[in-house]
Amino acid sequence: MDAILIGGGLNGPALALALAQAGLEVTLVERLAPELRTDPDFDGRSYALSHAPAQLLRAIGIWDAVAGHAQPIHKIQVTDGRAGEGAAPFFLLFDGAEIEEWPPGYVVEDRYLRRAYQDALDAEPRITQITGVDVTGHAVDDGGVTATLSDGRALTAQMVVGCDGVTSRTAARAGIGRMSWSYGQTSFSCAISHEKPHNGIAHQFFMPPGPLAILPLPGNRSSIVWTETDSAARRIAELDDDAYLALLRPRVGDFLGDIALAGRRFHYPVPLSIAHRFAAPRVALVGDAAHRVHPLAGQGLNAGLKDVGALAEVLVEAHRRGEDIGRLDVLQRYERWRRFDVATLAWMTDGVNRLFSNDNPLLRLGRDIGLGVINGLPGLRRGLMREAAGVTGDVPKLLRGRAL
Amino acid sequence: MAAETTTVDSEEVAKFEAMAAEWWDPNGKFKPLHMLNPCRLDYITGQIAAEFGRDLADPSPFAGLRILDIGCGGGLLAEPMARLGAEVVGADAAERNIPVARIHAEQSGLEIDYRHTTAEALAEAGEQFDAVLNMEVVEHVSDPPAYLAACQRLLKPGGIMICSTLNRTPKSYVMAIVGAEHVMRWLPKGTHDWAKFITPDELFDLLRQAGLEPVDRKGFVFNPLGWSWSISDRDLSVNYVTASVKPD
Repeated sequence: MDAILIGGGLNGPALALALAQAGLEVTLVERLAPELRTDPDFDGRSYALSHAPAQLLRAIGIWDAVAGHAQPIHKIQVTDGRAGEGAAPFFLLFDGAEIEEWPPGYVVEDRYLRRAYQDALDAEPRITQITGVDVTGHAVDDGGVTATLSDGRALTAQMVVGCDGVTSRTAARAGIGRMSWSYGQTSFSCAISHEKPHNGIAHQFFMPPGPLAILPLPGNRSSIVWTETDSAARRIAELDDDAYLALLRPRVGDFLGDIALAGRRFHYPVPLSIAHRFAAPRVALVGDAAHRVHPLAGQGLNAGLKDVGALAEVLVEAHRRGEDIGRLDVLQRYERWRRFDVATLAWMTDGVNRLFSNDNPLLRLGRDIGLGVINGLPGLRRGLMREAAGVTGDVPKLLRGRAL
Repeated sequence: MAAETTTVDSEEVAKFEAMAAEWWDPNGKFKPLHMLNPCRLDYITGQIAAEFGRDLADPSPFAGLRILDIGCGGGLLAEPMARLGAEVVGADAAERNIPVARIHAEQSGLEIDYRHTTAEALAEAGEQFDAVLNMEVVEHVSDPPAYLAACQRLLKPGGIMICSTLNRTPKSYVMAIVGAEHVMRWLPKGTHDWAKFITPDELFDLLRQAGLEPVDRKGFVFNPLGWSWSISDRDLSVNYVTASVKPD
């Protein structure tokens, strides 16, 4: 076997498919049983998917199953706001028609994405799925790695990939530390239904307590992601649905008409956490296991799928030239490829969050003018938009929709 | 083994023997070779796959091919060839490299026939291969025409030889002697003798004299900004590689 992928969330299956389709034998180990991961009911979770990561889903053959349920984002409107006051006079409008990669992004619901992943995993003979068990340890030697499972089994391969989230035990076992800090913010998310159409426009409001994003879903529904300070969040989490909606309405404003909840409510803390290294001998980290950034730009899944694209390309190239894919010098090629990009994203989202998540009138005026200035400069606006679409820089083949 | 009838320069062999134990440390003495290796492998695998109509995306694409790696060192090329399914013989005139390479192949779970021998001795014994890897060796031998003639005899008709070496240019003097040996200390001083370097045209002539048909040449170029190597169609001014086939 070539690789053991630990964690069956959204990155592990994508990596398994990319590697297996290129001829590698992989095992995907997931703690949860499959029926818990593919609940057909809509639970409100959805993801913003930029143009390039959507190309990766196309390249690994699951886009067709997702596309019919995906809402294209035609425009992104960024506004500085304060609850109950509506939009500030200056705002920034990114219009998808201004760049060639159209549309710049999509919103996909968790239920369709997981179903599509599961069907593709089941159909791929080079993928072995082990579910309902934990990886309890792994030992590395010159020839490979042996992972031990909670049911007593042992698996050997050339390498392991930690796709096991921000609390990655794969990283801890490999002795990889992390730099983490808390923003003192909690992120809430839910789906809403609304009276008026959203016209495919995604909104990002910057409010003093934290940013709020409205992402269009198919039909008259939207996905809301908003961030509050931890102290306010404790009270909000306790509210019943009516009180929660009463709090949400002035934040969203009235441009969508009346709103109602259309799924479960979620909340989770917003840490920034970056692993000191993305690679160790016979170990690589992808997604939140490597880096978790502020959710304000909706870049979590996008950054994870960029990791998948880069790691798959590095491993497949190494495999085809006969290299030992677990060697540190191979895995460091992946680390070098992703590290700079991730640091930039973390720094940008951190900076933007700090700039906007306060009520200082001078900063408010400055950033309102700043948004207006960016809006008045089409070149800069297009550049930012292509950056958001993930089509800049040294883009992995899969993220350009090309097979490995 | 008939080691005394070879063209291998015994001083050159002694230099590499001293370095043998460090072969497999990617950050050790052979770091420059580990950095160059993906490029070398891309060229070698691409040429062999093209010559024998193999698809590198297939499992074991080199199954059924017999490949000789001359000057195999610690097995940096032999192991990848074995992993791609080839039957591999690794030959090195430096005796100490053989146990190092054998131990590492065993650790990697690979079967490779490592021998303390020379190209001339293997040719004398009538051994034949589909592909001969002749990487960074020719600039170290005392009689290149005799050595390349032995390599030609080692090929089956229709077989392919990949031969890389260093060009004899002012730039190669600065890069390979001053840069790699004196400034970066990547290689011990005296590893290379610039006067023994061969230009691509000279090598093509030598290959033809040996009865081989040169079919391709490319440069290996070090990019100091990205700190990595790449294959170049045009820049053969320092490190370069050639492919030649033995006519049927």
